[in-house]
Amino acid sequence: MCLKFYGELLEAQNQPVHSSVSWAAERHLLSALMWTPEIRHVASRKYAGQWREITGPAPVKMSKRRSAALTGAQGISLAQKLLRERLCHQKLPDQPVGLDSQYKHLLELLRRTAVHGESNSVLIVGPRGSGKTMLLGCVLRELMSLKEAQKNVLLVELNGLLQTDDKIALKEITRQLHLENVVGDKVFGSFAENLAFLLEALKKGDKSSSRPVLFVLDEFDLFAHHKNQTLLYNLLDVSQSAQTPVAVLGLTCRLDVLELLEKRVKSRFSHRQIHLFSSLSFAQYLDVVRAQLSLPPDFPDPKFSDEWNHSVTKLCEDKTVEEILRRNFNGSKDFRSLHSLLFLAVSRVSVSHSTLREADLIEAWRLISVDSKANVLHGLSILELCLIIAMKHLNDTYDGEPFNFQMVHNEFKKFIQRKSHSIHKFEKPVVMKAFEHLLQLELVRPVDSGVCKVQREYQLMRLMLEHGQVMEALQRYPQCPTDVKQWALSAFG
Amino acid sequence: MKIHICLTGIKTIILDCNNISQYSVFLINSALMNRRDIMSAVNPDQYSYPSVFIYGHRATGKSHVVLSIMKDLELPHASVDCVECVSSGLLFHQVLSAFFGPDAAALLPRCPSLSDFVRLYKQMSSNSPATQTRYIILDRAERMRDMDFSLLPALLRLQELVNDNVTVILLSEIVWEKFRPNTGCFEPLLFHFPDYSKGKSLVQILSWDHHPSYTPELYASYINILLGVFFSVCRDLRELRHLAVLNFSKFCEPLEKGEAKESDIHKLWKNIEPHLQRAMQTVYLREVSSVQWEQQQMDEKEATTLRVLSAHAHIELPYYSKFLLIAAYLASFNPARTDRRFFLKSHGKIRKTNFLKKHEKTSNHLLGPKPFPLDRLMAIFYSVVDSRVAPTASVFSQISSLVTLQLLSQVGHDDQLDSPKYKCSVSLDFILAISRCVCVCVRLLDLLALSLVIQSQVVRQERSLFTAVSNLHLL
Repeated sequence: MCLKFYGELLEAQNQPVHSSVSWAAERHLLSALMWTPEIRHVASRKYAGQWREITGPAPVKMSKRRSAALTGAQGISLAQKLLRERLCHQKLPDQPVGLDSQYKHLLELLRRTAVHGESNSVLIVGPRGSGKTMLLGCVLRELMSLKEAQKNVLLVELNGLLQTDDKIALKEITRQLHLENVVGDKVFGSFAENLAFLLEALKKGDKSSSRPVLFVLDEFDLFAHHKNQTLLYNLLDVSQSAQTPVAVLGLTCRLDVLELLEKRVKSRFSHRQIHLFSSLSFAQYLDVVRAQLSLPPDFPDPKFSDEWNHSVTKLCEDKTVEEILRRNFNGSKDFRSLHSLLFLAVSRVSVSHSTLREADLIEAWRLISVDSKANVLHGLSILELCLIIAMKHLNDTYDGEPFNFQMVHNEFKKFIQRKSHSIHKFEKPVVMKAFEHLLQLELVRPVDSGVCKVQREYQLMRLMLEHGQVMEALQRYPQCPTDVKQWALSAFG
Repeated sequence: MKIHICLTGIKTIILDCNNISQYSVFLINSALMNRRDIMSAVNPDQYSYPSVFIYGHRATGKSHVVLSIMKDLELPHASVDCVECVSSGLLFHQVLSAFFGPDAAALLPRCPSLSDFVRLYKQMSSNSPATQTRYIILDRAERMRDMDFSLLPALLRLQELVNDNVTVILLSEIVWEKFRPNTGCFEPLLFHFPDYSKGKSLVQILSWDHHPSYTPELYASYINILLGVFFSVCRDLRELRHLAVLNFSKFCEPLEKGEAKESDIHKLWKNIEPHLQRAMQTVYLREVSSVQWEQQQMDEKEATTLRVLSAHAHIELPYYSKFLLIAAYLASFNPARTDRRFFLKSHGKIRKTNFLKKHEKTSNHLLGPKPFPLDRLMAIFYSVVDSRVAPTASVFSQISSLVTLQLLSQVGHDDQLDSPKYKCSVSLDFILAISRCVCVCVRLLDLLALSLVIQSQVVRQERSLFTAVSNLHLL
């Protein structure tokens, strides 16, 4: 909340603090914010007396005695921190849920490279949000806990979004292997020479055998778009030719990634793929929700965490909540969409509203499932809405063929002359300006993105809205004149 | 009594207004829901969601609310307008210098790639770790779709790539579905900023600009009149404020002259309403600049014609060019078969056939001008022009200058020298205006009217039309 404006609000309203309605809402808001010492200092400088009332008594510094129960605010703060870390910071869970066989397979593969010096290549394939990075993170965490692996293994992480070119990728590999000084100013003839030099340099550090290197390629399909796929070819070539133990791990969301590879690259790939398709049933999904929202047993305040976990269990048994979760589950089974839903619900928890309630979840679901184009249509002027209805009629009459501004204006004029009482005739340039606003909002798009020499009024366009969306927007439109509604509903324009 | 207006732009008007704090308080109250959602989602010293997408119409307060939250809570933020970033290097430079100072930004290489940016960011943030969440605010984010294809997906998951507590907030007018890349990306949280309702919010905000020497009630009634004219056309707060400020002096004229009192709303309405209608056709469309509008208000004693900026009204063409343009219009919009009937002295028997072919019936007028060859243009020109014209180079060069003026457009390749094709690119209103200037007999106007008649397809009684056409040639 803006402190300065809040103070002005109080002065402007000149009302006692507790009785104003907005003040109650503000109190929720303010106490939901977790104040760092810096912010409290800023706040207290400006509004000395009022902060006691807002944030409650000053939080006690966490003393060394662990058994001291936390105050409400502190408990909420710590709970929020834990839950947020889980939901939006993507902290690695202890064990990935529902991915046991894939976990074992991957771990075994990497162990063979790290400990026994076998070269391998594998692709992890799964839709967005299914847990590829999470799975890899958990496996690497366990791998690095092995003593032999910890000493020896080198990790190089590349991302297709960042390393958009093979040269950049090579520089990044050099940097991550800490070989910049060794390379110095050398100029190499080809990519293969450079890579061979790097891997050779790794050998010299160790006695006879070289250290195993794990190459992790995130957004693997983007690497396949580079010129000649040199990076992929060379890495997979090294992995086949047994000089250095190298493991190439690709993570991608495209199921058809193998079709993107050239023949020579594909033949060097071991065709080992790990698929992550979620196989959860709805009951398991509910268990996951409960587990995600519950506080762990080592929470400092056992009483608070018991209360919290109890409320979460009760929440999951509620009918409306189950309905919402089922609708989300039917939409997508992955955890990322679940996390965003839960995050919106958890962020409403505050000192005065200290447990998670079903209203929170309902509100979170409403925020997620709203149609954004309907929101945009709500804010259009009535002239723009009439133009959209005219376009809808043209679509219905001519079966979705593209139209131009002249045709839309014609339809609109027919409406004005015949049926309208409330909308008076607007000049053509004014109607053109409204049409251009719709163009700017991308509710209408030109058919061939506009490089041609046609006049503005005659350029062919398409409407980017559906019949149902337009009708629904009309229902929600504030103070829509009845003749406009009638026109929209009539079948023949 | 003039209101001091800053004419350099609408945004300046809002900022210079001394009611800025009230405006903000109002925004806070009315957009409370949004602010609460945003505030709870972007928590300063805890982890917050990696990316947030805020959308809503123009002038609904998106940038204002987000930036005011940042400034008042004194959060570390970098605010970048994507219109300014013609290359992604400019974006990286601004972000790094906002968070880590200009020295950090100077470490960026000449044409920085995303990889350099992420590496440098990681380096800087490990030197100065964040106690609070850092925010990157990207205004007018729809421009990012035209930059590197990997910039948008990478920024949406920046938190994961740099391993730091940073949140990217995207502000845009366009909905999220149009941003999503083909293979998907990290989905941000979506927030909508609703538009202002007419009764409660819009009138209230606009009434804050009231001039101190008049009562707020008078200003509120003025705003209501203004909204009555403009609300059905435009709901943009900035435009409405601009129009309100420009026209207030005219509204107060009767009060100053003593012809009416503040309570004679009806009289004031009668005075201002035609003025506002004229404003809709000129200032609203930017046909006239605001300075010119003010000037006209001061000099206006009788209803003079407004000098508009639009090129069409200013243009002065040579005598034969006007005829050429009219001939071009007729060539573009009349089908070639009808030329014989219109332009020849004797055209033989008139058969009672279907006047228009089937495919021409629907949209001769609606589909736009059709291309015509040069010979046809010259034929029509010779039959339209009233005196004998020799086919000299000066006549042909006028065609080229019409193409340069973009009143005609050349269709097809430049190197087709023997039969170039043209199209007419002006509207009927312009042609009618020109033909009125040309002191020519009624026949020309009839030809134009005929082509209009064809276009509007009200040809029911063909026989009467044919008699009309034949009468024309007897003139």
